[in-house]
Amino acid sequence: MSELDDLYQEVILDHNKSPRNFRVIGGANRRAEGYNPLCGDEVTVFLQVEDGVIKDISFQGSGCAISKASASMMTTELKGKPESAAHELFENVHNMLTGEPGSEGGGARVGKLAILSGVCKFPARVKCASLAWHTMESALKGEPQPAKTE
Amino acid sequence: MNAVPQNNPGTLASGQFDVARVREDFPILSAKVHGKPLVYFDNGATSQKPQCVIDAIDHYYRAENSNIHRGVHHLSEQATAAYEAARGKLRGFINARSDKEIIFVRGTTEAINLVAQSYGRAFLKAGDEIVVSAMEHHSNIVPWQMLCEQVGAKLRVIPINHDGEIVMEEFERLLTDKTKFVSVTHVSNALGTVVPVKEIIALAHGRGVPVLLDGAQAVPHLQIDVQDLDCDFYAFSGHKMFGPTGVGVLYGRAELLEKMPPYQGGGDMISLVTFEKTHYNVLPYKFEAGTPNIADGIALGVAVDYLRGLDWAAVTAHEDGLLRYATEALGQIAALRIIGTAKEKAGVLSFVFDHVHAHDVGTILDQEGVAVRAGHHCAMPVMQRFGVPATARASFAFYNTIEEIDVLVRAIGRVLKVFG
Ligand SMILES: Cc1ncc(COP(=O)(O)O)c(C=O)c1O
Repeated sequence: MSELDDLYQEVILDHNKSPRNFRVIGGANRRAEGYNPLCGDEVTVFLQVEDGVIKDISFQGSGCAISKASASMMTTELKGKPESAAHELFENVHNMLTGEPGSEGGGARVGKLAILSGVCKFPARVKCASLAWHTMESALKGEPQPAKTE
Repeated sequence: MNAVPQNNPGTLASGQFDVARVREDFPILSAKVHGKPLVYFDNGATSQKPQCVIDAIDHYYRAENSNIHRGVHHLSEQATAAYEAARGKLRGFINARSDKEIIFVRGTTEAINLVAQSYGRAFLKAGDEIVVSAMEHHSNIVPWQMLCEQVGAKLRVIPINHDGEIVMEEFERLLTDKTKFVSVTHVSNALGTVVPVKEIIALAHGRGVPVLLDGAQAVPHLQIDVQDLDCDFYAFSGHKMFGPTGVGVLYGRAELLEKMPPYQGGGDMISLVTFEKTHYNVLPYKFEAGTPNIADGIALGVAVDYLRGLDWAAVTAHEDGLLRYATEALGQIAALRIIGTAKEKAGVLSFVFDHVHAHDVGTILDQEGVAVRAGHHCAMPVMQRFGVPATARASFAFYNTIEEIDVLVRAIGRVLKVFG
């Protein structure tokens, strides 16, 4: 497979076309906005957290296929998980995207999200894939400022 | 660029532009990207450099390097002469009246900041209005917003129509007794629109209002004559006109520059310093504090020599042909929409797809060796005006070819294949 096919895999294109949990959670008790000033990608992540567990998670916004698919897959992965697992997955996904040594094909630690690993071959696109994750992190931490990928 | 040398190397006997010959002057154009020949369509961001410019920088550091305006030794005199000769070439390039109207700066951005901070802070006050257009680059918006904060002035914006053209009636309505400055782009970097600047200048001058033109995207495509334009300031960057990064020019009408306070203080911009009082140097040095970018200034002069050696009638015909061919070819792609359809355009083709984000377009084109810019092009208000988050932008220079546009069209075919 070429690097390009690796980036735009069927699953990613599908999440881009029909993003999951692409909606507003009316009574969300956590939310944050993320913005990538480089390309104009915007995302808002909504979370309903109860007793340390992510009961519901959704997102809204506009962006490229990579940012949308990453956000969509993030929501399916995190729903029902404890907060601590979300932090851990954030770290692991981040390492995978930035090509941290030892994270190659880190399938066990990122689960289905390994499909995003092709992104690390495209340095200009890493921020697209990580935007939703940074935003989710800042929502969980309850930071009032919009998340940045910088 | 008025004098066209005989037997021009860039022109065929037929009078046509000899693009194959001219491409040989630009070493990077034979590069490969991802195994494919580079198709460089990001000239709006920065242009490539001819060998003579690259050589000039190399030669300067090998044979001439020394500080200017301050040494009695041979090298310093030589470097000073070369730097001042470059200033003279730039004066000729835009047909300014005098070398003292040519101020070397870092680029367009610094030129505009200089005018905003020097002219603006000295002559604008609370309640005054500054007029810009809706298609400015951020560097012709933010310096004015900063000035507005400092002096309490207000920024007014001339709207553009759906083709990306200035709405002249709206400009006339915005021009009032409160208007104290007009700053507009000559050619839009995001849309390619050539703005009717002479009309704008005539209207502004009718009310005694000075006008700055952002020429960053105009100098690589149009022949500039600041006397004919009758502008008060003209700002441009060396790196977009086949010269090096880190050097550009602010042209200013001498009468205005004389009245303006210095922008920065330091060496070179003074004639006498005591702790009681400092006397400023004469133009243009009053605005050139500190050791300038000597090597790149000299090399920019060489870029001017190169440009003046081209036959501009042939260059213009070739560039018009490229833009027309690309507009027609991309116009036939059903899913694609061109943003910026002004009657008068130069060098830029911005486009979007309904279902593919510009960033994805940029990545896929890159895999085919085609370099375009994907994003908001430092013109976020333009994106908002057209209701798109970003566009893909192909921007052309005279060394581009029709065949390269065919490669772009095929590469867009691959984008559509990936995204179905
Ligand atoms: C129209 C316009 N104005 C100003 C600038 C800023 O030029 P520079 O970054 O060289 O200062 C640019 C460059 O992108 C431009 O296209």
